[in-house]
Parts: sequence; structure tokens; C-alpha cells
Amino acid sequence: MALPLISVDHVRKEFANGTVALENLTMDVREGEFLSLLGPSGCGKSTALRMIAGLADVSSGSIKWPQGGSAKSDIGFVFQEPTLMPWATVFDNVYLPLKLRGTSRSEAEPKIREMLALVGLADFAHVYPRELSGGMKMRVSIARALATSPKLLLMDEPFAALDEITRFKLNDDLLRIKQTRAVTIIFVTHSVYESVYLSNRIIVMAARPGRVVADIAVDAPYPRGDAFRAAPLYAKSCQAASAALHGAMGAHEHL
Amino acid sequence: MILSLAGRTMSEPRAPSETLNLLSRYGLPLLLAIAIIGYWEWSVWYHSIPPYKLPSPSGIVKALITDWPILSTSMWVTLQTTLMGMGLAFAGGVALGVVLGMFKTAENMLFPYAVVLQVTPVIAIAPILLIYYSAPAVVLMTAFLVTYFPVLSNTITGMRSTDRQLEALFDLYGASPMRKILSLKLKAALPYILTGFKIGGPLSLIGAVVAEIAAGTAGAGSGLAYRIIESTYRLNVPRAFAALLLLSIMGIVIYYIIVYVAHLLLKDWHESAMKKER
Repeated sequence: MALPLISVDHVRKEFANGTVALENLTMDVREGEFLSLLGPSGCGKSTALRMIAGLADVSSGSIKWPQGGSAKSDIGFVFQEPTLMPWATVFDNVYLPLKLRGTSRSEAEPKIREMLALVGLADFAHVYPRELSGGMKMRVSIARALATSPKLLLMDEPFAALDEITRFKLNDDLLRIKQTRAVTIIFVTHSVYESVYLSNRIIVMAARPGRVVADIAVDAPYPRGDAFRAAPLYAKSCQAASAALHGAMGAHEHL
Repeated sequence: MILSLAGRTMSEPRAPSETLNLLSRYGLPLLLAIAIIGYWEWSVWYHSIPPYKLPSPSGIVKALITDWPILSTSMWVTLQTTLMGMGLAFAGGVALGVVLGMFKTAENMLFPYAVVLQVTPVIAIAPILLIYYSAPAVVLMTAFLVTYFPVLSNTITGMRSTDRQLEALFDLYGASPMRKILSLKLKAALPYILTGFKIGGPLSLIGAVVAEIAAGTAGAGSGLAYRIIESTYRLNVPRAFAALLLLSIMGIVIYYIIVYVAHLLLKDWHESAMKKER
């Protein structure tokens, strides 16, 4: 079997105040995978993502790139909020990562146009973020994350603040984008349904301390559509994920 | 999405209520001014008040015209020092604000002294400064002293108001600290800095006037505030009023230029500069 893209080995994260955010996280992320980290708030799933991105330090353990590559050069990050610069146009927001890497504007332009077309915002290059809806802002954020052609796309509950109709649409768009770009995705969510619909592997996590409680494969082929939401495998996977989630929570907590 | 864009391009004729709104916004203050000035003019005439007690509005305008050579020269002097003090305070306030906003230790060390300079009444500092420096220099210093603080404290707040996640994004792509300041923090701080300018700009005129008055009584200076003092000594009250009028016009012009520039800088993206969409 080929080397994994990312190898997370016994990673532990303890904050300065003594809170253990994550205990003993071990996982291999394989190339081309759509991996969801599913869990309640406080289970350390966002912390795990930030550590993989190099935005937070690991207290102990290691995160390696066995195929080569690094967080600095091969990652795109989509935050929970669109996190756009309000003073810059859509074009300039997508340009940002390339600009910070030293690419000139004219050199970057074809790539930016391509990304905007990919997320369906080709006509909105010169619009300021405030004129966009929440879903459109998130599309800009995705276009920006993909602008540097990263191997790994990290998404931290990107659709949690959107309405359900928009979220379904963006879920489908994300799967379409993943197919055309052949990018590996780690997707943090607290929605069982979203994780099952999107991913081919779900790591279920529990809180206090953050830890892995289950690793579930969702072996349905892509592209997926509404038919998949009605399929037996979808229901079965949802039940498995829910059971793992509730089992872990019931044992330790009274919510 | 379509809704918000459609709203932007809407250009229907003004509703009657909007015309009424404009009329009450500009018409009413104008009406009040006409009434007060009219009453003033009438009562000076009716009671035959001598101009050294209270000049009529027309008398003030006449003084403004006949004394224009003197007054305009003085206005130029005051304007120059005000603008220079304001410029220095804007630049210094932003520069120091960036440093203090970035480094907490620098803020801990320096900010108390910035506060001391701010809270000590400038009118009390001016005569003491005059012992050591020439009058024009003191006018400049006081204009600076009253102006820098709002700029400084707003810049500090602005530098600390950067979106944490945007900062994380800059870190992710390996942005240098200088790049982060120029491309991110200063831009995020811009609305705050401009608020500092709006508060500080008109204050610089006050600072200049205070020092001119302090210096003027010591026999130096030729700015507008000095003209007011001099005119009252000579019982040339219409000229004093004319000089006051010019000072007030200067303040208004300075303020609205800053407001306009701020609007130009923010109109595309900041909520404070947006038109309400209905």
C-alpha cells in the first residue's frame, strides 16, 4: 500500500491552563481520501486540524508527511467563518495566498479566474465581500484555499453557519470540486449526516479529553447525489456514526 | 445574492418623503440661522447698539472685507501651524500606535506618559513651553499635543482588532511580520485610525489657538487668535468677530475634509460608510 499523505502519531495537546484538548490521536490520512472528523464541541477536532496546518503546536507526538511535503507549502485551509478581507474584492481575496507566496498579480490572474469559475463566482471578481451572501462568501473562501493547488484541504466546520438548502448545495459542489481537483480533504463537522454524505471515512471523536472512538468507512462511490441520501448504506452509516458518538458521550457525560 | 445586487443598482426617483427629509435636514438649520442673524441685525439697529459693544452681522462682514489683508495673512499663519501640527500628530500617533499595538511591553512602558500629556490641560502647558521655545514652535507643539492622543489610542485599538483567523491565514502562508502589519493589521485598523483623525483633526485648531493666545499676550505671534486678542484690546470688536468667524470656518472645513477623505477610503467596504439599503 502506498505511503499515507499525513501520518499523525500519538499526538497530544495540552493547553497552558492544563486542559487536555486531545489525547493520543493516531491516524493515517491516505491520498485522495475525504476524511471527516466528527464529534461534539470540545472533542479536539478543530485543534487537530490546526496542528496539522501548523497553526498550533503539538504537546507530544508527531505529525509527518511520509510522501514529502509540508504544512507550509501543501495546505489550504477553510475556516468556520469565510474569513475574507472586507477591504479587498473577491479577486484580491483569492489572490492573497499567491501574493503571500510572491506570485505577481498578472501571473496569478489565470489561476484566480479558474478558481472563481470552479466555485461558480466567475462574474463576481470585482465585488466586495459585503455584497455576497453567506454561501457565496464560503465559496470565495474555498476558491482561496485551492488557489495554491494544495495537496491537502483542511476544512473546519465550513458550512455550520449556513442554512440547510445552501449547505446541501455546497456539499454537492464540494464533492464535484474534489473530483476535478483530486485533492485530499480533512473535513471537521458535528453533523452526522453531513459527514456520511461527504466522506469515505469518518473518524468519530469524543470530548474531555478529546480522543478517537471509532473509525468508520463509508464505501459508497462518488459522485453521490440525492439517491445516496435514500440508500440503505447511507442510513446504515448514519446509524453507526450516531451510535459511536452517543456511546462515547453517554459513558462520560450528562448533556 | 441576487437580492443584494439588485438592491445596489436600484435607482428609482426619490420618494416624496425623502425630499421632505432633505428639506428638513438642510432647510431647517438654514431657517434658524436666518432668523437669528435677522433678529441680531434688527436689534443692533433698533437699540442703536454701538459696534464696540456688539457689532451687527453686516458690520462683521464689512470688517471681514476691509480687514481682509490683515485677516487673511493671520489665517494663513494659523492654518499652516494647525495643518503642520495635525500632520505630525497623525503620522506620530499612527506610528507610535502601531508599535504600541504590536508590543504590549512598549505599551505598558509608554502609554502612561501619553496619558499624562493628554490629561494635562494644554492651556497650562503653553506658557511654560513659551519660556523655552519660540512662539511658532509652541503653537506647533500644542497643536500636536492635543491631536496625537485620539489618533494614538484609536490606532492601538485598531491594531488589536484584526480578525484572528485572518491572522492565522497569513501565518499559514508564511507572511512576514512586516507583511502582516502592512497588508493586514493597518488595513483592519484603518476605520479606527480614521476615527482618531476625525476627533483629533479639529482639536489641532484648538491647540494652535490656545498657544497663540498664550503667546499673543506675551507680545508675539500674528495668527487669528492673536488678532482676536489684539482687536479686543483696541475695541475693534467687528474685527474680533470676523476673526472668530474665520476660525470657525477653518474648523468646519478641516473636519469635513477629513470626513470626506475617510468616506472615500471606506466607502467600498466598511459598514460605517455605507448607504442604508432599503
